[in-house]
Amino acid sequence: MAMKRREFLRDTAVAAGAFTLGFVIPGKVRAGAGEGAVSSAPFTPNAFIRITPDNQVTIILAKSEMGQSVYTSLPLIVAEELDADWQAIRVEQSKVDPAYNWPAFQMMITGGSTSVRTSWEALRQAGATARAMLLAAAAAAWGAPAARLVTADATITDPETGRSATFGEMAAAAAQQAVPADVTLKSPDRFRLVGKDQKRLDSELKVTGRATFGLDVAAPGLHYAVVARSPVFGGVLQSFDASRAEAMPGVVKVKQVPTGVAVIADSTWRAIKARDALDLTWDEQGNGGVDTDQMLQHYRELAGQPGFAVQEQGDFEAVAAQADQVIDATYEVPFLAHACMEPLNCTVHDRGASGGEGAEVRVGTQMQTADRAMAAGILGYEPEAVDLHTQFLGGGFGRRAAAWSDYVAEAAHVAKGEPWPVKTTWTREDDTRGGQYRPMTLHRSRLALDAGGRPLAWHNRVVGQSIDGFKMLGMEPENFDNAMIEGLKTQPYTVPLVNLEAHMTTSAVTTLWWRSVGHTHTAFMKETLFDEAAHAAGVDPMDYRLGLLEAHPRFVALLKKVREMSGWGRELPAGTGLGVAIEESFGSIVAEVAQVRVKGQKISVEKVWCAADVGFAVNPLGLREQMESGIIFGLSAALYGEITLKKGRVEQGNFNNYRVVRIDDAPAIEVEIIDSGAAMGGAGEPGTPPIFPAVGNAIFAASGKRLRSLPFRLS
Amino acid sequence: MPLNLTVNGQQHTVDVEPDTPLLWVLRDTLGLTGTKFGCGIAQCGACTVHVEGKTVRSCRTPVSAVGNRAVTTIEGLSADGLTHVQKAWIEEDVVQCGYCQSGQVMAAAALLAANPKPSDADIDKAMRRNICRCGVYQRIRKAVHRAAELAAADSTAGGA
Repeated sequence: MAMKRREFLRDTAVAAGAFTLGFVIPGKVRAGAGEGAVSSAPFTPNAFIRITPDNQVTIILAKSEMGQSVYTSLPLIVAEELDADWQAIRVEQSKVDPAYNWPAFQMMITGGSTSVRTSWEALRQAGATARAMLLAAAAAAWGAPAARLVTADATITDPETGRSATFGEMAAAAAQQAVPADVTLKSPDRFRLVGKDQKRLDSELKVTGRATFGLDVAAPGLHYAVVARSPVFGGVLQSFDASRAEAMPGVVKVKQVPTGVAVIADSTWRAIKARDALDLTWDEQGNGGVDTDQMLQHYRELAGQPGFAVQEQGDFEAVAAQADQVIDATYEVPFLAHACMEPLNCTVHDRGASGGEGAEVRVGTQMQTADRAMAAGILGYEPEAVDLHTQFLGGGFGRRAAAWSDYVAEAAHVAKGEPWPVKTTWTREDDTRGGQYRPMTLHRSRLALDAGGRPLAWHNRVVGQSIDGFKMLGMEPENFDNAMIEGLKTQPYTVPLVNLEAHMTTSAVTTLWWRSVGHTHTAFMKETLFDEAAHAAGVDPMDYRLGLLEAHPRFVALLKKVREMSGWGRELPAGTGLGVAIEESFGSIVAEVAQVRVKGQKISVEKVWCAADVGFAVNPLGLREQMESGIIFGLSAALYGEITLKKGRVEQGNFNNYRVVRIDDAPAIEVEIIDSGAAMGGAGEPGTPPIFPAVGNAIFAASGKRLRSLPFRLS
Repeated sequence: MPLNLTVNGQQHTVDVEPDTPLLWVLRDTLGLTGTKFGCGIAQCGACTVHVEGKTVRSCRTPVSAVGNRAVTTIEGLSADGLTHVQKAWIEEDVVQCGYCQSGQVMAAAALLAANPKPSDADIDKAMRRNICRCGVYQRIRKAVHRAAELAAADSTAGGA
């Protein structure tokens, strides 16, 4: 069978024209086989699919798996349109390639709760295109019209003749087929996999300890490093004496890097011990006085002064002067660390230093393209000469989409010029004190109400730092960044006049996006404020919200759903209360009701009901899990989370003083999904914002105490 | 100083300082990276292993304190196939990022060995030393119950 080998997918531009999201099906990934190797060549119709003659369907994952289940939900989409055998799917992590870029920033990023919604069209097209080529191959081989053939479980069947072949058997012939310019996607009623509960594909790897996280990377000759960093933000190393450290067992090298002093040893523990023996002198660059109490005091002063007008819809003061009552409340939230279970780490091998080519980076990252470019720049290579392998992430939450690739850059400096691979590990204390925090933020909000308690005008003034990550992405905020007012311009309640002001502050403390970003504080402020308004109006908080959402049926449906789920209005024991909150974020809307018991100063969150509308849930099980996860993550911050600084030093260091929710204070959570059919939204983050105000509002219902600062404390 | 260590039924001689935490011997010296580093101060449970069947925080256990007692890590939990706990974990779709799960599985296995039919309160008490930042606690509770069921069904079937 002498067939001429052809390119599988010649013209990506043509294919791209068919996509509604402008997401290109990349086509530059080819089979490695040359002429004459056709029969054993894998079928790689695009960058996401590889089918080998043994009928193994491999789906390439271009996003980072950090618990949000893209390892399952993205292959699911491809498998659906391809009619692959879901039970036999293999998933492979992609390399760094423009083919896998997130179009918004032309780089690989896993973040912003965007993976499923921005991949949905492209992955469906990828699967459907491959299927069409397999069908065309079978049709040609059997002399049957392609339209008559059916596919299921990686097998093509001709129902008239009963003839059938596996995808693997047709792979070589499919590779010779013309790439269809247009393919028909399944109508949703024909989905066999998508829209149904699908368990994770990575469970077995993770319950047997076989999943390789960044910290688990092994390599011949691997060395281990830790870095002694400045005890204050922005400090610069003045001098150091490594003689004691160098004399310690296992220590191979001590070297200065831009962030401090790296100790490289033959084990992590020996590196940690030797680091303790370093004698370091730091120039604190004037940051040795940073104090979060003082910062907060300054924020409070700024809250009394006019800020930059972000949105001005009218004369608030004039309306307020005529109002029946004006609520004036200040809400404060602290810096927060992400505290991923897996401390930051990155392994770099500068292969060029020992006669090889380029370098290898193995890391759990949410931002491959930027991290690789950063490492390449430091090591002195072209980005393409650096092989970056994405490992499983032991949590991300935004921290592994690091501003200026901090932990990757540092690891590159540590390994630069060294003949062996070096794994740079952050201890828990390094990680907790390493900055890139959710910014400390204050909102002063005033809400003018009419005699019936309905809002007439709302004035919100926010004080806080910008997020450093935005600057890295080239969005240089001048007077405010969008995270400071996230969601407020589009807030759903009927308010005739909404004015937004911002004071953007600066400090030495570095800041970053933290799961749900600005919504972590804007939702807390808004949903607490409107709860206060409901009580001021003498109206049930659920009814009050419903009365201000006439134009927003999706919000109404969700509130009615959690009202029903939670038995809202039922009689509760003394000291127990329900609180509700709703927030739209990352294209999805989530309503939550929390049941809280207050006894003395102890706050127990007993139960949370959650209703989520993400438009359409590709994997409802995965979505429910993300809601549970987002709720617990937010709850840790609501009950305990707080990074404070005294004398420039972060006071917290580990889970003993940066507490998080454990199993015995984790509430039971019930989640229901409303598939509204609206545009698809995100899943990873939208569960988090409502839990802060839902719990706070429940504390008020339980105790009559209105808490406006996080973490919640009754003392 | 060479020390003898028995891990997953295998004898090893390791040349480390006696105060080296068992965790780092397992991970860096023996290459058993299924046991995780999370906090280093016995706060999070990611490093949980069994010593003679009892849970131990390997990050705070000097290797010299182990002596000739048998160490079991996640890699050695089952000689053949998946344990009831692991099966239940998969059935209940417990894991998310998965980083804490070696420790969670080891803690649950020890709990069930000591208490084959734990209540929710028993589970909370035994598992509270294992942190999960993804917040899969609800599914851990369910999966421990499920593992207990699987074990009970097995022992009935086996007439044991």
